[in-house]
Amino acid sequence: MARLEIHNLSVGVGSRRILSDIELSIGEGRVFVLFGPNGSGKSTLLKAIMGISGYDILSGEIIFEDRVINGLSVDERARLGISMMFQHPPGVRGVKLSQVARILCEDEEKINKYVQLLNLGYLFDRDLNVDFSGGEMKRVELLQIILMQPKLILLDEPESGVDIENISIMGRVLDEYLRESGASCFVITHTGYIIEYIEATDGCLMLDGNLYCVGNPHKLFETIRDYGYEKCKECTVRHAE
Amino acid sequence: MRSEAQKNILDSLPKEDLLSSGVDLSEKGRAATFVQVDERPSLFRSMFQGIELIPTEEALNRYPQYKKFFGMAFTAVGEDFPRDTQGGFFLVIKKGAKVTLPVQVCLFLKKKSFSQKVHNIILVEEGAQAYVINGCASDKAATDAFHLGISEYIVMRNGYLNFTMIHSWNDSMVVRPKSIAVVEEGGTFVSNYVSLKPVKEVVMYPTCVLKGRKARASFSSIILGHKGCLQDVGSRVILAAPDTSAEIVSRTVSMGGKIIARGHLYAKTPGVRAHLECQGLIVSEQGTIHAIPELQTDYRDVDLSHEAAIGKISKEEIEYLASRGIEEKVARSLIIRGFMDTDILGLPDELREQIEELKERLTEQAM
Repeated sequence: MARLEIHNLSVGVGSRRILSDIELSIGEGRVFVLFGPNGSGKSTLLKAIMGISGYDILSGEIIFEDRVINGLSVDERARLGISMMFQHPPGVRGVKLSQVARILCEDEEKINKYVQLLNLGYLFDRDLNVDFSGGEMKRVELLQIILMQPKLILLDEPESGVDIENISIMGRVLDEYLRESGASCFVITHTGYIIEYIEATDGCLMLDGNLYCVGNPHKLFETIRDYGYEKCKECTVRHAE
Repeated sequence: MRSEAQKNILDSLPKEDLLSSGVDLSEKGRAATFVQVDERPSLFRSMFQGIELIPTEEALNRYPQYKKFFGMAFTAVGEDFPRDTQGGFFLVIKKGAKVTLPVQVCLFLKKKSFSQKVHNIILVEEGAQAYVINGCASDKAATDAFHLGISEYIVMRNGYLNFTMIHSWNDSMVVRPKSIAVVEEGGTFVSNYVSLKPVKEVVMYPTCVLKGRKARASFSSIILGHKGCLQDVGSRVILAAPDTSAEIVSRTVSMGGKIIARGHLYAKTPGVRAHLECQGLIVSEQGTIHAIPELQTDYRDVDLSHEAAIGKISKEEIEYLASRGIEEKVARSLIIRGFMDTDILGLPDELREQIEELKERLTEQAM
């Protein structure tokens, strides 16, 4: 059984069609890396999987563990085991990180462990994401994700705004979780830093709302680094999945 | 020890209503207790030497020296007050007494269609310090009842009064508190108002006169407006002596009720500074919030400011919390509770926890 399967998925935002006929399968314990230039539709795909409002499914199916989740609300999808790292999480004034952490996890020891590991002690009793720096937000996102114990993690540029030291901290925490839980991960990365820490198993390229070149993520990343997305667009080898 | 008859009175009132108005039934964490049911002061005792807490009529009869305080605060602002009151409490914190445990006062309504009219006086003598928690509650059976509370607070030189009023009425009650505080040189008056349960109508505009140099006042209110309720609530500070300062902060949430959040800072002398902040959150389409902040000065050399903002719960925040598996209802309740931030209240720790619990329970119920 695949953890996530996507068939024939088209997604629109407003009156614009962003994704067309996407086919994708992510197996249990797989780390699937999504490459692609800005504006190609990567974030849209993640948000559509999470069920974020404004990302309308025009056709096709999103199947999580053999269940079509197209009609489920965001919180229902989260409770099934899907967890997304927001690229720009909103500040939630009046709601403290500690409150949310305790809703997500009853094990105080475990909360403490990850708060320490991710160096978040000083933010624990602050309002969630209010006046946090980019790097702090990413660590706070990861803390919440880990405490949710998801089966599928959606990461939208987890390293953006994070300094090298903290990328390594986040990478190690994420790697440990993936290994221990057998969770799958769908990750968007521009820099590739994050896949130095977690073992990427699959990769593909998104161009203009379509997926191409499903295969070895490291090879794909090397090619993109050497030739750039411009060459990918011109490339005749790329084949639609 | 508490007499059996008095004990029975606390036991005879509905526990839930007493608790939600902040009453500590065990009295263990309290310095003194006063309970009035309908027209009758039913229980009053002080567990602390520096405190006198007795019914107002009794105080005026027994202590001629206190007579001059009756009506004094109203005279200070040139206002009259109703004389047809029955009962109310007279609290004196004796000179220099520092009382850290709160004094608790409960005004309770039990009879249907009854008009409870009380006259309360708090006298904080020179250098004294006290925390007072005033819970107002009513039985569910006390439908269409009315409460008029005349209150006078006198804070003498370098005195400190921290007064928390918790309204926990029922939804057919009409309530008219009229409170005036007068603060002398170096004195501080901290007023906290918490109203979380449905009430038919509350109209109040408590006023504080800072009449001595370096006197200070702080008003903070947390108001939850339920469907069908009208809460016209303001705070006014008259800065009448140099180097006085004041702050008024309110957080109002309308879940369908009509809330008028007033505030008035009036500089009657130069060299004063004060700030007013009204923040409102509209949760329901039927709700209305009307914020009316007013600044007034007769002089140029003053520092008065205000900020007011009314908004709604952002969909983005709800969806973000939903992505953590938190149901929309729970997410909304979390955000509303967070907005009604008890940190704005100048509460002692034990009270803060109690009010936090109350807020959690009553917001859940209202969702």
